[in-house]
Amino acid sequence: MSPADPSGASAPAPLRLRLYVAGTAPRSSRTIESLRQLCGRSFGEAYELEVVDLYQQPGLAAEDGVVAAPTLVRLAPLPARRLAGDLGDEDRVLQGLGLDRRAEEPAP
Amino acid sequence: MTSDREPRPRPDAGPALAKVPTGIEGFDAITFGGLPAGRPSLVCGSAGCGKTLFATTFLVNGATRYGEPGVFMSFEERAEDLSANVASLGYDLDGLVAEGKLAIDHVRVERSEIEETGEYDLEGLFIRLGFAVDAIGAKRIVLDTIETLFSGFSDDATLRAELRRLFGWIKERGLTAVITGERGEGQLTRQGLEEYVSDCVVLLDNRVADQITTRRLRVVKYRGSAHGTNEYPFLIDAEGISVLPVTSADLDYDVTEGILPTGIAGLDAMLGPGGFHRGSSILVSGEPGTGKSMVCASMIDAACARGERCLAFVFEESGAQIARNARSIGLDLNRHVASGLLRFEAARPSLYGLEMHLARMHRDIDRFAPSLVVVDPLSALRGPSSELQATLLRMVDLLKGRGITALFTSLREDGGLDRDDTIGVSSLMDAWVKLFNVEANGERSRTLYVIKARGMSHSNQVREFVMSGDGIRLVDAYIGPAGVLTGTARVAQEAKEAADALRAEEAIQRRQREAARRRQSLERQIEELRAALETTQEDEAVLGREDDLRAAIRADERRELTARRRGRT
Repeated sequence: MSPADPSGASAPAPLRLRLYVAGTAPRSSRTIESLRQLCGRSFGEAYELEVVDLYQQPGLAAEDGVVAAPTLVRLAPLPARRLAGDLGDEDRVLQGLGLDRRAEEPAP
Repeated sequence: MTSDREPRPRPDAGPALAKVPTGIEGFDAITFGGLPAGRPSLVCGSAGCGKTLFATTFLVNGATRYGEPGVFMSFEERAEDLSANVASLGYDLDGLVAEGKLAIDHVRVERSEIEETGEYDLEGLFIRLGFAVDAIGAKRIVLDTIETLFSGFSDDATLRAELRRLFGWIKERGLTAVITGERGEGQLTRQGLEEYVSDCVVLLDNRVADQITTRRLRVVKYRGSAHGTNEYPFLIDAEGISVLPVTSADLDYDVTEGILPTGIAGLDAMLGPGGFHRGSSILVSGEPGTGKSMVCASMIDAACARGERCLAFVFEESGAQIARNARSIGLDLNRHVASGLLRFEAARPSLYGLEMHLARMHRDIDRFAPSLVVVDPLSALRGPSSELQATLLRMVDLLKGRGITALFTSLREDGGLDRDDTIGVSSLMDAWVKLFNVEANGERSRTLYVIKARGMSHSNQVREFVMSGDGIRLVDAYIGPAGVLTGTARVAQEAKEAADALRAEEAIQRRQREAARRRQSLERQIEELRAALETTQEDEAVLGREDDLRAAIRADERRELTARRRGRT
């Protein structure tokens, strides 16, 4: 139950994302930037995003089953989904997050 | 132990490549030390041929025997499954993980779960691997099977570049790695991993011929090192994985000195030195029911009683059954089994191929270090004639090379293995004892003779042997005008001879008694005569004295007369 979306009859679970990047390479910052923009456009404030630097927290990689870098993991709603790549292809990102329908029906 | 049976690396081969022992029996021998240290090696083969087990053994041995912790990165099996799969081999992966000697990381790669949204690399994998390696100070890693990545990601070009980088990274970190790969069409692995991992490539194979599976291993490539190039059979069983380099056919073994008594007094007596030479190969041939197994049991019992170790490979009966049967001739083999001196290895001949049987025997012999090995019966091993001959040659060679006395039995009277076999095995054997049943007078009797015994004089006679609660006893067979008499005929003949002897003995005794009687009567006569002689001598003495008296009287009378005459005148 999410207090963030009071209008919906069936309140969707909150969207929690975790982005794994490898260090401060240009690809990492580019990915973080494009994800922030995309989420801002599509979900407004209705999401949580955590950015993890694999080098800083290598133990988390195994937990979340991360192989590629960068990897975006949708932690909630379940089931978890993984998106590999620099998120350059917006349609695929939304599709991958299973949230493309939301984009078609913007909140009133 | 096995390395001396293999081609040695040339002494001028230059500085030796640093190698890391895998601890897999035989593999370290054929590679002269193991896998290249600090480099990735590729182990490839089709499904179910033992790649994962090979890799696991490499890690477990590293952690337990060589003090080298290892990381198992599994792309297929979960850690729990992996632990369960190798638990039957006595590998306690969970325990090793708890001790910090092993780390298992299951990398789940599922295309349906990964959406590709642009450029990426496999830094995540590198970091995971690096993290696990650093966490336990790993020296060894396994990537099983890294090709799974190709099914999870679609960007082949990126993957290949990343794999190349990964193998470079492994070398840079000085990790000894085993990378497994599935056998592909026309190449060693599906994704051509051999292109990237080129230092050492090991191919595992699992072939089925005549419904019998034989696992084989071949070192396809070993850069900078000599290695055995043949296909070697390898074995996966409760003892783990072992490779068996049994190819040598040299005749350069040392001769073992000493005599091995057989435990059958009569048989020892037939052999010049009182037994067989140690380290020789002995064939006991005979049709079913001639007592081969019991001859073997006697030899086993004798050897164990001397404190020697015996290993018996039995193909038609279980060890317990043989021990029970041996009890009927008064031999307690169970006590030797209990004391650890005797071990039975029973297996159906059809369980493995010939190569595998040999391989298994090789391993068991090296582990048990027996001084007597029994193969009962040799003729149970089946296979193509040429292969059979070669296998047997290697078996004999294997045993001789270790100075082990080998006792083989064969069901065929001529010692051959196969019906169409003309060469036979007898020429490989140093000694050959032939058992056969003689049928006559409605009964069968067991007989044996020594056909050959290299390097010793031996009896050329046929002996009958009798099995009883006191063991095997040899009896001289009766050879008469009608041929060899055995069994009841021999007993009858012997009884007749005994009766004759008894009669002769009685006659002699009778004559002796008569002679004694005659002597005694003569002695009595002598006594009587002596008594008569004494009487006569006494009479003579009396008569002599009377004569003297009479003469004296006459002299007195004469003197009186003379005196009277003088007085008258």
